[in-house]
Amino acid sequence: MRGLEDWLPRLVLAPSFAALLVFVYGFILFTIYLSTTSSTLLPVFDFIGFGAYSRLFAIPNWTVALKNLAIFGSLYIILCSVMGLFLAILIDQKIRAEGLLRPIFLYPMALSFIVTGTAWKWFLDPGIGLEQTMHALGWTSFTFNWIKDSQMAIYTIVIAAVWQSSGFIMAMFLAGLRGIDSEIMKAAQIDGASTVQTYRRIVIPQLRPAFLSAFVVLAHLAIKSFDLIIAMTNGGPGRATEMPSTFMYSYTFTRNQMNIGAASAVIMLMMISSIIVPYLYTELRGEKK
Amino acid sequence: MTAQVATVADARSESSPRSLSRALLYTVLILFAIYYLLPLFIMVVNSVKPLSEIQGGNMLSLPAQWTLEPWQKAWNEAQIGVQATGLQPYFLNSILMVVPAVAISTILGALNGYVLTKYRFPGHKIVFGLMLFACFIPFQIVLIPTARILGALGIAGTIYGLILVHVVYGLGFTTLYFRNYYEAFPTELVRAAQVDGASFFKIFYRILLPSSGPIIVVTVIWQFTNVWNDFLFGASFSGPNAMPITVALNNLVNSSTGVKEYNVHFAGALLAALPTLIVYIVAGRFFVRGLMSGAVKG
Repeated sequence: MRGLEDWLPRLVLAPSFAALLVFVYGFILFTIYLSTTSSTLLPVFDFIGFGAYSRLFAIPNWTVALKNLAIFGSLYIILCSVMGLFLAILIDQKIRAEGLLRPIFLYPMALSFIVTGTAWKWFLDPGIGLEQTMHALGWTSFTFNWIKDSQMAIYTIVIAAVWQSSGFIMAMFLAGLRGIDSEIMKAAQIDGASTVQTYRRIVIPQLRPAFLSAFVVLAHLAIKSFDLIIAMTNGGPGRATEMPSTFMYSYTFTRNQMNIGAASAVIMLMMISSIIVPYLYTELRGEKK
Repeated sequence: MTAQVATVADARSESSPRSLSRALLYTVLILFAIYYLLPLFIMVVNSVKPLSEIQGGNMLSLPAQWTLEPWQKAWNEAQIGVQATGLQPYFLNSILMVVPAVAISTILGALNGYVLTKYRFPGHKIVFGLMLFACFIPFQIVLIPTARILGALGIAGTIYGLILVHVVYGLGFTTLYFRNYYEAFPTELVRAAQVDGASFFKIFYRILLPSSGPIIVVTVIWQFTNVWNDFLFGASFSGPNAMPITVALNNLVNSSTGVKEYNVHFAGALLAALPTLIVYIVAGRFFVRGLMSGAVKG
């Protein structure tokens, strides 16, 4: 009986761990293996080498997807960080309505991207949304048709995504700001530093951990982003808002080129891992007691 | 420069440069508040307008004629699948999916966190690291094999399949939450109970669980929002009868046939958003804490 008690904790953990080994790590290996086969509509298990990867990078759509991810990712990360930091600093000025404003900035994060996408798709639709509203208000020369313009459509995804996530980044920075010793700020101001100088020289440099976390979260969300694109543009017009996630989905499930789809998923995993693994490694090491 | 110093240093002074900068501060904050609220306002306003008013007018104006018909249509008439059932059955699907998925993954996460902090074994850190990494993988990497295994288990296209998938891929986060919370829980209490002969489960029920209220709330909210808002798994694995609300809404909005009933789309979007919005309004504090500990380790 004593023996069972000793093993019980590990037995309790075992099912979860086994599930993760199979569903996460086993499946990752499975997908990597598929990317080296000739699978099209259904998986087949004939190893034919890494040709799918060179074919993947020869597909113009994939290049478009990578380019779009670069545009979307960098703008999304930069705009969310800038807006988040700016709002956090404003909120941090001992304002009276903080309890009212903070939840207003943050609620979009509770909504699904499908809901957000539905709303933004409509506002940005020139026939019915913002453009028509401006016309109805008398500004008849106003045009805003980015969502129908293959050069500009990717930026409409940025607009909606920033609206959705910037409030959350604000909360992260606000937590960082609240962790800074206010004595240091007071001391700087007694020495004659202005508010702007105090933030630039003293406060913002101390927010490095918050910047790092924000970057990791945003980069990871950008690489994964799928729902918002499906809801807003479905990858269009043409393939103008194709992203690695939508590329993977269409090659795997509608274009029946499973090995190419698997290869694109492996590339996505590599992108995320290159950000997450070093981050988790330092976080886990840091808490050694 | 001195005026700005006064802004922070002397909160009670009422000199005019100070009130000017305060006015500017509030103006900017209010403009941002409008920016964040506008989409919700527009959705609500346009979901209670007849379609003709939307097509002709501007999206900011209040309805000339208020109507709840779009809501009623979205709920039980809109054509989503083969039949015009409205979003109602899909809303129910989401509930049938989210309740067990959240309950199971939370219970398992609590037990895992308990073991990983109070019954450490060699390699516990590697086990935890592997679980943590699983939180961040892009799900595209597991889509194909998951589809295969759900098929092999005979639960492809069913709600059971979605429950399984959400439990498995939610475990990493639920374990993370409880593990970080129990890390701070005094191990001496557990050891003392062990000396008194309390069993593994008894210690969990009697000692850890009673003080786990806050972390249970955070975990449940986190899992609830994630599972409810999920689209990728729903779209990939659900089949026509098990579609969750997000997938049904997307089909409704993007169906290419007939006149686009924007007011019905908005009502549908609000219906799909309602559960998580209510959670956010009721338990906003915990919602934020959940987001934060999911993002930055507690």
